[in-house]
Order: sequence, then structure tokens, then C-alpha cells
Amino acid sequence: MERLLRNRWALVLGLALVLATLPLAFPSNYYFRVAALVNIFALAAIGLNLLMGYAGQVSLGHAGFMGIGAYAVAIGASRFGLHGIVAMLAGAAVAGLLAFLVGRPILRLKGHYLAVATLGLGLLISMVLTNEAGWTGGPDGMAVPRLELFGMRLRGPDTWYMISAGALVLGVILALNLIESPTGRAMRAIHDSEIAARVVGVDVAAYKLKIFVISAIYASIAGSLMAFLNGHITPDGTAGFLRSVELVTMVVLGGLGSVLGAIVGAAMLVILPQALTIFHEYEHLLLGLIIMASMILLPRGVIPSLLARLRGGGA
Amino acid sequence: MPELLQFAFSGLTVGAVYALVALGFTLIYNASDVVNFAQGEFVMLGGMITVFLHLAGLPLPIAAVAAILITVLVGLALYAFAIDLARGSGAVQIIIITIGASIFLRGVAQVVFDKRFHALPAWFGSDPIRIGGAAILPQSLVVLAGAALIVALIFLMIDRTILGRAILATATNRLAARLVGIPVRRIVALSFALSAAIGAVAGLLVTPITLTSYDVGTLMALKGFAAAMLGGMGSAPGAIVGGVLLGLAESFGAGLISSKYKDAIAFLIILFTLFVRPQGLFGKRVTERV
Repeated sequence: MERLLRNRWALVLGLALVLATLPLAFPSNYYFRVAALVNIFALAAIGLNLLMGYAGQVSLGHAGFMGIGAYAVAIGASRFGLHGIVAMLAGAAVAGLLAFLVGRPILRLKGHYLAVATLGLGLLISMVLTNEAGWTGGPDGMAVPRLELFGMRLRGPDTWYMISAGALVLGVILALNLIESPTGRAMRAIHDSEIAARVVGVDVAAYKLKIFVISAIYASIAGSLMAFLNGHITPDGTAGFLRSVELVTMVVLGGLGSVLGAIVGAAMLVILPQALTIFHEYEHLLLGLIIMASMILLPRGVIPSLLARLRGGGA
Repeated sequence: MPELLQFAFSGLTVGAVYALVALGFTLIYNASDVVNFAQGEFVMLGGMITVFLHLAGLPLPIAAVAAILITVLVGLALYAFAIDLARGSGAVQIIIITIGASIFLRGVAQVVFDKRFHALPAWFGSDPIRIGGAAILPQSLVVLAGAALIVALIFLMIDRTILGRAILATATNRLAARLVGIPVRRIVALSFALSAAIGAVAGLLVTPITLTSYDVGTLMALKGFAAAMLGGMGSAPGAIVGGVLLGLAESFGAGLISSKYKDAIAFLIILFTLFVRPQGLFGKRVTERV
């Protein structure tokens, strides 16, 4: 089991299998919608996990990049008449470029200073989205034009489940390849000891920047997909501080440095609150309790804890 | 000119509140390395509990004291049932726990109280005082005086009492503090209680001006955290200077540049400060030992 979890192609294959067979168990469109949301957040969490789990840099403002992706497809399609796919790629380019421009000074900061700087970046993005009402519809948000592909209007949650599942598998493959590449080794070296990495000749600043840009692009694509799925977006719902916190929690809850963990964390944090909506008024209260309890009980994350247990049992 | 004076006064008032929140951050951080994002909820609780106890018929001073005491209990509970249980976890995990705690407290406030805005009567009426063409609310002076008093008390306590010395020792080196017989965990609990009290006082002082509701805590925590970072994490004077600067920046930014982007201006200033001085204004540059 442990070797299976560690083999990257087994992981990809297993994931594709699960994603392909899950719909057989879905009784209604609602399930497709929730599952599509899991895929989308998993994609963003995988990107953030590259930054946090491998390069060891925290970002408390990552939802800002999701917001850029989401608003890129909404604004690109409605105001510039761009095709949805083109708008999505444009959004990813904008998010990547922004990450590239601010990344170097921000990533020089360490620990809590890095946390406050990324938090500020996320807040700035969501403030622009909220205040530029002429472009974005302000705090109430805006509608997202449906994506048309080969003459078909893509609107059903089942369709978006398939698309998001494809995007997730692709995202997993890219992430796993990155981790196994020289860049991945450099990132782990930075994570373990920045000074040691620098001493052996790793260009620390350049690698951090590269991962920051990559993780921003992951988040932006996820944001675009979420906009297409929901058909309506708001600044708080895409780029808000709470979203950033959810992303970070998904990564840590699933397991820092585990691609599978990011997916598990996303699934837990998307599905649990859905199950809690019946408690309506108590939603925030319970969400807070879940976040606290999961960090207290599983500080190392689900997947690493599981791996440790398997290893202990097998030996 | 009167406008500038006006901006300065309103900036100082808001800045005093940020300074108190940042001071709360710093107390907890120094004692335990915990960045407590639930700090803003203490401000919310101080205001909201006072409002609702007052509505229930208690006289204002008694309601205020009760609100402070209840908030202190909440602070102690946060330490005992969350932070203390997660001892030994990484910094990110602890940050997430305190953010979870703040979401939880907001959820509780939403259920126990309500989702509307509430005000408290100003202590000395609401006829503005005119100084040099600027109009100042008497409550602003109350906020400034209250903040100054709290800061003075905290500094005196840390400087002059044996308890303060124990806090200082714990902040400097926890292991060494334990070795000389200081009950470190009790000191950390005390720092949570003190922070909660400071937050609650800030909340009930400022509620007559800014109103309060169940969700005012988030932005307050972010601003307080930012102020503490601006001043340099772990530095109490830095926290106060950072808070006041942040308040002034917001007020002048809103007045002179754009009121829509007042929060943005504050964070831009922080980003640029950190780019130039990554350790904050009063922070010590630490050299990492390998």
C-alpha cells in the first residue's frame, strides 16, 4: 500500500479511476456540483502545496489568484467578447505575471512577515475586485457567460465535473513531474534548509519565484473553472480572506508536501460544510470547530499520518 | 489645514485601537510564539457583550466590566482548549487554529447575539469639540486616553512587578525561564488573559464611534497583525507605533486619495515598509545560525 501511494503513476491511474467511476454513485446533479468543487479546490490546493509543502513558503492570500482567474473569464467574455478558454489563459497569464512581479520582494520575507505580506496581497486583489464596480459588479459580483465549445453550451454540473476532473488529473501529473525534476529537488532543499541549499549553489530566490508563479497559475485556473461552474462570482466567494484560509487549511489538513493530501484536504473542507448547511445558523460555528479540531488532532495531516501508520504496521 | 487636523485626529483614534490590538498580539507572541488571529474577536466580544448586557438592563459600567471578564474567560478557554492542546505543532498549524477559533467565535456571536450593527452611548455626550477648525468627538478623547492608560499600565507592570519580570523572562527564553522556576504555562495563559482584556477594552471604548457587529473582528485582527508586523514582531513599542501609523495612513489615505481604498493604502504601506525593512520598523535583524 505504501509503495503504491509513493509510485506516481499508480497515483495518477488510481485518481483517474476514482474520478471516472464516482459519477456512477451520484444520484443527482447536486453531487456532481459538489464533486466538481472538490476537483477545483484540489487543483488550487495542489498548487499551493507546491509552494508550502515543497518550497516551505506560506501564502495567506492565495485566493487572490483564484479571484483573478474567476474574474478574467467573467470580464474577458462579457466585456471584451473573448472566448472563455482564451479568457482563462489570459487570466492565468495575468496571475502568473503578477506573481512574478511581486514575488521577488515578497519571498525575501520570512515566517510571519511573509504571512502578512501575502495576506496583504490577497486583500489588495479582493479590494480591487470589490471597488471597481464598473468592471466587476462590486460586492454583489457578476454573472459569468456560459462557455461554448464546438457549438455546445457547457452548463450542466455533470459536464463541469468531467472537465474539472480532467484538469485535476492534468494538474496532478504536472505537479508530480515537477516534484521529481531538478526543480523539485531544489525546492525540497530550500524547505529543509535555505542556507544549506544556497551553500550548495541552489539559486534560492529564483526557485522560490518559479514555484510562486506556478502555484499562482494553478489557483487562477481553478478560479476560472469555479466561475464557469457557478455561473456567478463575488469578490468574497473567490478572492476573500476566508477562501485563502480554506486553501491553506486544505493543504495542511491533507498533509504538507503530499499531492494526494491536497486532494483529500480539499475533499474534506468542501464536503463537510456542505453536510453542515442543514445546521444553517450554526454553519460558522461548526466550520471553526472543524478547522480547530482537525489541526489539533491531525497536525501532520491525513496522508502523512496514514503513511506513518502503514509504515509502522508493515515493519 | 482644518481638514488635515481632522484627518490626524480620526487617524489617531483608529490608530489607538489598532495599537491596542497589536499590543495584544505582541504579548501573546512574546510569551508563546503564537500569532493569535482571534485577537480581533476579543475586540468584537468586548463591544457586543457590553451592548447586550446593557440592553438587558445592566448599568453601562457594570456591563462593561462584565464584558471584560467574560472576554478574559474566552481568552483563557482559547488557550486551554486549543493552543495548549496543540503544543509542539508547527507555526502554520497554530495560525490555522487561531483563525479557526476566530471563525468559531464569530459563529457563536452570530447565534447568541444577532447580525445587526449596534452602538453604545458615548461616555460624555456627542457634541463635537472644536479645535483649530476640526471637530473632535469627546469619545475620541476617551479612546485616546484609555489606550494611553492601558499602554502605561502594561509597561509599568512589565517593568516594575515581579509578574512582569516573569513575562519578560518567558519572552526572552522559555527554557531558561522554566529552569529558574517560572511557571511558564501559567505565564502564557496570563498573556492570553491580558490580551483578551486589552482587546475587550478597545472594543467597548471604540463602539460608540464605529459601532459593532458580530463580524468586526476579522478586519480588526488583520489590521492589528499588520500593525504589529509594521512595528516589528515582538516589539511592544513597535506595536504601538505601528498601530498609530497604520491609523494615520488610513485616515490620510481616505481623506486625500480615495476613501474606497483606505484599507488598500494601509496594506500598500506595509508591503513597501517590509520590502525596505524586512524585519519591520523596530524589529531586530536576526542572523540565522546554521
